Amino acid sequence: MPKKIKTNYIINVVGLLVLFFALYAAFETKVFGSRTNYFMGIATTACYTIIVVTSLNLLVGVMGEFSLGHAGFMSVGAYASAVLTNAIADKGIPTFILFLLAILTGGIAAAITGVLVGIPTLKLRGDYLAIVTVAFAEIIRVAFTNFEITGGGRTMSGIAKLSNFYWVFWVMVICVTIMYMFIRSRFGRTVKAIREDYIAASASGVNVTFYKVLTFTVSAFFAGIGGAIYAHYMTAMIPTSFNFMYSAEFLTEVIIGGTGSMTGSVIGAAFLSALPEMMRAFARYRMLGYSIVLVLVMIFKPGGIFGTWEFSLSRILGKLTGKGRKEASSK
Amino acid sequence: MLEVKDLYVNYGAVEAIKGISFCVKPGEIVTLIGANGAGKTTTLHTISGLTKAKSGSITYNDHDLLKTEPSKIITLGIAHVPEGRHVFPQMSVEDNLQMGAYISNNKDEIEESMKDVYEKFPRLKERRKQLAGTLSGGEQQMLAVGRALMSKPSIVLMDEPSMGLSPLLVKEVFAIIQEIHQAGITVLLNEQNAKMALSIADRAYVLETGTISISGDAKELLQDERVKKAYLGQ
Repeated sequence: MPKKIKTNYIINVVGLLVLFFALYAAFETKVFGSRTNYFMGIATTACYTIIVVTSLNLLVGVMGEFSLGHAGFMSVGAYASAVLTNAIADKGIPTFILFLLAILTGGIAAAITGVLVGIPTLKLRGDYLAIVTVAFAEIIRVAFTNFEITGGGRTMSGIAKLSNFYWVFWVMVICVTIMYMFIRSRFGRTVKAIREDYIAASASGVNVTFYKVLTFTVSAFFAGIGGAIYAHYMTAMIPTSFNFMYSAEFLTEVIIGGTGSMTGSVIGAAFLSALPEMMRAFARYRMLGYSIVLVLVMIFKPGGIFGTWEFSLSRILGKLTGKGRKEASSK
Repeated sequence: MLEVKDLYVNYGAVEAIKGISFCVKPGEIVTLIGANGAGKTTTLHTISGLTKAKSGSITYNDHDLLKTEPSKIITLGIAHVPEGRHVFPQMSVEDNLQMGAYISNNKDEIEESMKDVYEKFPRLKERRKQLAGTLSGGEQQMLAVGRALMSKPSIVLMDEPSMGLSPLLVKEVFAIIQEIHQAGITVLLNEQNAKMALSIADRAYVLETGTISISGDAKELLQDERVKKAYLGQ
């Protein structure tokens, strides 16, 4: 068994390296010509969207609760990290360290907000919780519009451009891997049990509220990281961009991809963040398109396109080589 | 010994339990019988901490359960099989059992308990990779019981294990209860099926709208005119 896990690790790392270097080669040799930077931008957007959507999937797919305020956590991460880097940007800290500090600050700030919001609200369930998260995101937005340090209602600009695709790619890989391990762990199983039946879970000795707040916090942490990357990629932001529609977009991506499927979130986020760029001409119909796709998915595949299915490179290789038919699934 | 003294439980303004007292001695099967809404489920929920009491006391081997964190009560050896087969439907049978051993960190011990449960319920072993929601009603009830046994309890609280099962399966469930009892586990059983419950129990309490109206030896209650008339349909 340990040997199989080891080979799985190697296969996955090799797979990621191949993907990374394929993109690296494509961007460095400028096969897209003058549009290289544009495609790199899309790829970066896709990466932080993947982080935020996967973190939302922890709530929706694993814990079974809706959050319609994920853009709120993201904005906390974005503003906290931007304030930090603005303060220390010219202190001669290497950019990579600065970038790491920024995303950690973003994550931790969002996680703290997650705890603060989570403790009083997580006794609520379903629709009620969803309403509270909407309200929370609005409060955050209005607060940022009134803080002097974040530029108030004006644009906060001049944030150092720290996010580049190559770093962001690996941050994304690490974040998704950690969340995947969280789901597969004892914690993940416990959180799933709460989603399935909280009476039976608490009868088994599970402290339901603790686990809910924990999951909420972890989810907020990664949304905050996504926000920090966003801030240092856009270099300018305005509180109103973290509005309800942005939160709803993340939720759409989770549901279309498949609630509970990390693969679904990753592909859903990547596809849906690239799509509007590809179809600039129809930009104003984007939300209309989302809604139609969402309705169709709900009718024909209520569990999302991927359901709870997970992509496994080692399983596919196993099938191709005709070996290991009963391979344990891995990312 | 489990001892409930002068227990009052309210749901908002509604008094669900109005001052009941009873005890369960080690090695006994004690049954609470009574109609819907008599307060049987509320009693069990209060013992395992799922519902808060208004006043009174519940002690188990000198531990004050009303002052114990709900998630710690199971560590005292009290396992609860909730009413209506509360399994985790979208999780495999094996994961359901793993959840039963949630309080344990010892992998070998969990492995061993799982082996015991599979021995007792071979059907669960056959279906260990299957999602619990796809099991039949009887199998789900077995899974719920098996899950409770995973925590190595000294007392099991069973809430209406026969609910919604065919007569044949009801017999099977009661055989399992007796088996558990023979393995040295104390049982507190809530039942509407008074006849079956009284025939396997040592002692019984009859609950009526939140109070205990009759109590005594189970075999004697089977002959009691009031019980016969109200609960045995004779």
